Amino acid sequence: MHSTEHLGPRKIIGFLDGNVFITETVLLALIVAVIMVVLALLSTRKLEKEPKGVQLVVELIVEGMYKLTGTMMDKRNAEIYAPFVGTLFLFLIFTNATGMFGVRPVTADVNTAFALSTITFLVIQGSSIRNRGILGHIKHYGEPYPFMFPIMVIKDLSLPISLAFRLFGNITGGMIIMAFVFKALHSATDGVGITIPFLQFLIPLPLNLFFDIFEPILQGFIFTTLTMAFLAMSLTTHDDH
Amino acid sequence: MNFPLVTSAGFVLGMSALAAAIVMLVALAIGIGQGLIGMKAVEGVARQPEAKSDILQTMVVGQAVTETTGIFAFIIAIVLVLANPLVSLL
Repeated sequence: MHSTEHLGPRKIIGFLDGNVFITETVLLALIVAVIMVVLALLSTRKLEKEPKGVQLVVELIVEGMYKLTGTMMDKRNAEIYAPFVGTLFLFLIFTNATGMFGVRPVTADVNTAFALSTITFLVIQGSSIRNRGILGHIKHYGEPYPFMFPIMVIKDLSLPISLAFRLFGNITGGMIIMAFVFKALHSATDGVGITIPFLQFLIPLPLNLFFDIFEPILQGFIFTTLTMAFLAMSLTTHDDH
Repeated sequence: MNFPLVTSAGFVLGMSALAAAIVMLVALAIGIGQGLIGMKAVEGVARQPEAKSDILQTMVVGQAVTETTGIFAFIIAIVLVLANPLVSLL
């Protein structure tokens, strides 16, 4: 499984004497993206009025995304932002769960986490500027009292940092615990004196269930919920409430 | 007995390991905080069972925000143990 010696992602392909390189994180993220696109294309090939089979499942997912976004903001904005939030949610679940296949989880790399949270930050700032205008966007930091301006700016700037570190820390913690468990089981089988790794067969399964299925869904849900909460905050003007 | 007993790099690494252990004491406070959130959520569900899904969602998000401090501490601990920046300062 994963080793604790390489905390960072391994470099797989290098160009120009290794100065320009592709890490396994980038490759896995690309693979996940391609798989998601292929799944989406396959499931929407033969659309029918009466959904059944795969179409039913996909419609359930899409409807769930729209409903989840609708709980946080009004209907018009929910229809605009639901595709972004839904894509983020599905991508987070898939990338967090790559540890299930014995490879390094994609989000256990601080670069991936920061890339995702930077996208969120830009979308929030952009929607705030689109909603209020640039002058209104700058002015809303000084509300309700002008002396709160620096505090409000720090509040907005700390959002991507805390989002990224929350995701990265949770997934990396799970990865390190799994690595330690496999190391311990390995030395236990060596101590018994049997060369067949029979202890690694079923004992890590509950931990896999927690760290590779439950935790990815929970972390994806939390990431998207916080994104939606801040989006909704950027969409309400001061007169609305 | 030959001096020094510990090399300076070894001393820094040992102290870093201790510091990582102390940093992770923040888990105590997080456990208490998440327990309080869970307690209040259970009370809310007991009082209003029909609002269960809303309460669950709010509880999970609140617990995630509570956890952030611990995650920061965890990252500091990882850096101190596995990628120590202090040894290179010697």
